[in-house]
Amino acid sequence: MPERDGPRGQAPARDPGGQAPARISATPAAREAIRRLRAARGGGLMFVQSAGCCAGSVPMCFPAGEYIVGDMDLLLGVIEGCPFYMDARIYRSWDDAELILDVGPGDPEGFSLGPGHGQHFLISSRA
Amino acid sequence: MKYVPPGHLDSIVTVQPRYENFIGGKWLAPAAGKYRVNLGPATAKPICEVADSTPEDIELALDAAHSAKDAWGETPAAQRARILNAIADAIDAHAEMLAVAESWENGKPVRETLAADIPLAADHFRYFAAAIRAEETTTTEIDKDLVAYHFREPLGVVGQIIPFNFPLLMAAWKLAPAFAAGNCSVLKPASPTPWSILKLAEVIGDLLPPGVLNIVNGAGGEIGKALAANPRIAKVAFTGETVTGRLIMQYAAQNLIPVTLELGGKSPNVFFSDVMTADDEFVDKAVEGLVLYAFNKGEVCTCPSRALIQEDIYQEFMARALARIAGIKQGNPLDTETMIGPQVSAQQLEKVSSYVDIGRQEGAEVLIGGRRAEIGGEFAGGYFYQPTVLKGHNKMRVFQEEIFGPVLAVTTFRDEAEAIEIANDTLYGLGAGVWTRDGSRAFRMGRAIKAGRVWTNCYHQYPAGAAFGGYKISGIGRETHKMMLEHYSQTKNLLVSYSTKPLGFF
Repeated sequence: MPERDGPRGQAPARDPGGQAPARISATPAAREAIRRLRAARGGGLMFVQSAGCCAGSVPMCFPAGEYIVGDMDLLLGVIEGCPFYMDARIYRSWDDAELILDVGPGDPEGFSLGPGHGQHFLISSRA
Repeated sequence: MKYVPPGHLDSIVTVQPRYENFIGGKWLAPAAGKYRVNLGPATAKPICEVADSTPEDIELALDAAHSAKDAWGETPAAQRARILNAIADAIDAHAEMLAVAESWENGKPVRETLAADIPLAADHFRYFAAAIRAEETTTTEIDKDLVAYHFREPLGVVGQIIPFNFPLLMAAWKLAPAFAAGNCSVLKPASPTPWSILKLAEVIGDLLPPGVLNIVNGAGGEIGKALAANPRIAKVAFTGETVTGRLIMQYAAQNLIPVTLELGGKSPNVFFSDVMTADDEFVDKAVEGLVLYAFNKGEVCTCPSRALIQEDIYQEFMARALARIAGIKQGNPLDTETMIGPQVSAQQLEKVSSYVDIGRQEGAEVLIGGRRAEIGGEFAGGYFYQPTVLKGHNKMRVFQEEIFGPVLAVTTFRDEAEAIEIANDTLYGLGAGVWTRDGSRAFRMGRAIKAGRVWTNCYHQYPAGAAFGGYKISGIGRETHKMMLEHYSQTKNLLVSYSTKPLGFF
């Protein structure tokens, strides 16, 4: 697992030094899914971890720049060139868990893009 | 009794192989001609195919809505109310059919849809029919010759995006006030539950002028933005999770239009020791109040998913609650004896399961349940999860994150101050429950908990007329109350002078 090198829950949304605090990693299947989706769409992607009801607790995938990132959003890491954000308050309530991006069967929910093949992105984590 | 699943020969619910969108009072094939399979969660087998729409279909629905909006907006309140009442009557007349359809598509037990979802949906239309008949706006005499008249005018065409957990009731919550206030709607059902709302459209579609109600099914990633960011909507209402909520607000900001958002919760249910001072009907009610976390398999934004029990009654109260939970009948949602059905989708089942694993890793104690339920037979492939209770403390993730399944996190508190502290130690503020025989304490607690709805000596009641909505990150706006008419209207002020005298400036 990548090390957590930022102060807990304090890292800025943007990452001027280019060194994303790697609090997220991805399975090979998720990386492959991102590459496939990027190739199919011909553009960059971004991820935002959701919370709350219905499709909560699911990572949402959008075209790069679609979701406006604010000062309270934490850049958890960059996967295959795609930034992964999460609201810092929600991340703290998740006990700063180590998150792992993965894919599983079933269609994406919310407004999220999916990698196709009847799959959606999901998050597993270590408490 | 057991209802026959929709689509079978003897079922009270007919199912076509394929469903189009409902646009402009007609069934319209999706422009790109694509459909997707809609699975039933009890068996993981297909119910039917539904439209897999593209942005072009949203535009067609908006065309229909805009064609209808002027005439509908000018329809007298009495006539709109008559139509809303006719919708309620039609829902009542088809209550059993709708209850079975919704139960089979969502997985919720038919005892719930028969007793709650469908009657509440009908009542919601009646409530707003009554509200607009009785509505009055104000006039203000600024001075003898200057009077401010206030009129309420419809917004026009609104976008409404509803969740999978109460496919028909959430539609009623959003459609009834929008129609009552004279608006037309383009409604996008949740991807896991696209069909039962179409059965509702079969029942009520003819009662409304064409274009007032439009339903477009499809993936949110494909048509969500096309609706929510569309410059042709005057408002957007959404129930769901936080990221889509923020995205919708962002789109609304770009169009400078209002939003209503309901985004979930982690609702505390607080039990004081005086609940146990007598062994009577009220204790029984309180025990059931705890077990209501399993209502609709926990797929409720206000699921009382955190039980806070005063430490001196914990053992005795929990023993009674666990006995009640052990008696929950799980299985075929169409059996009226069934109390809990399957989660709505494989994704939701997986999420529930992974949260219980997180709870175990965090050191929470599994008091009951804790794994998938094996129902067997025709339901072997269904998405069933056992009603589960985890004991731990409020800093654990299973106490902070919305699991959206039949998983209760339980902890204890010493006194009222600690109960308030724990209850409010959450990012959310949608619902809460307080159980006590002490009226003053009930009042103090209710005011101290930062949530939009505090059920006091009850839980999970949703009568029209009681405002519902969130504090904190649980959302913006209040539903199920006539104040919703304001959320779906603009105020027109006519400032009228009766004086003939010039101002004298020029």
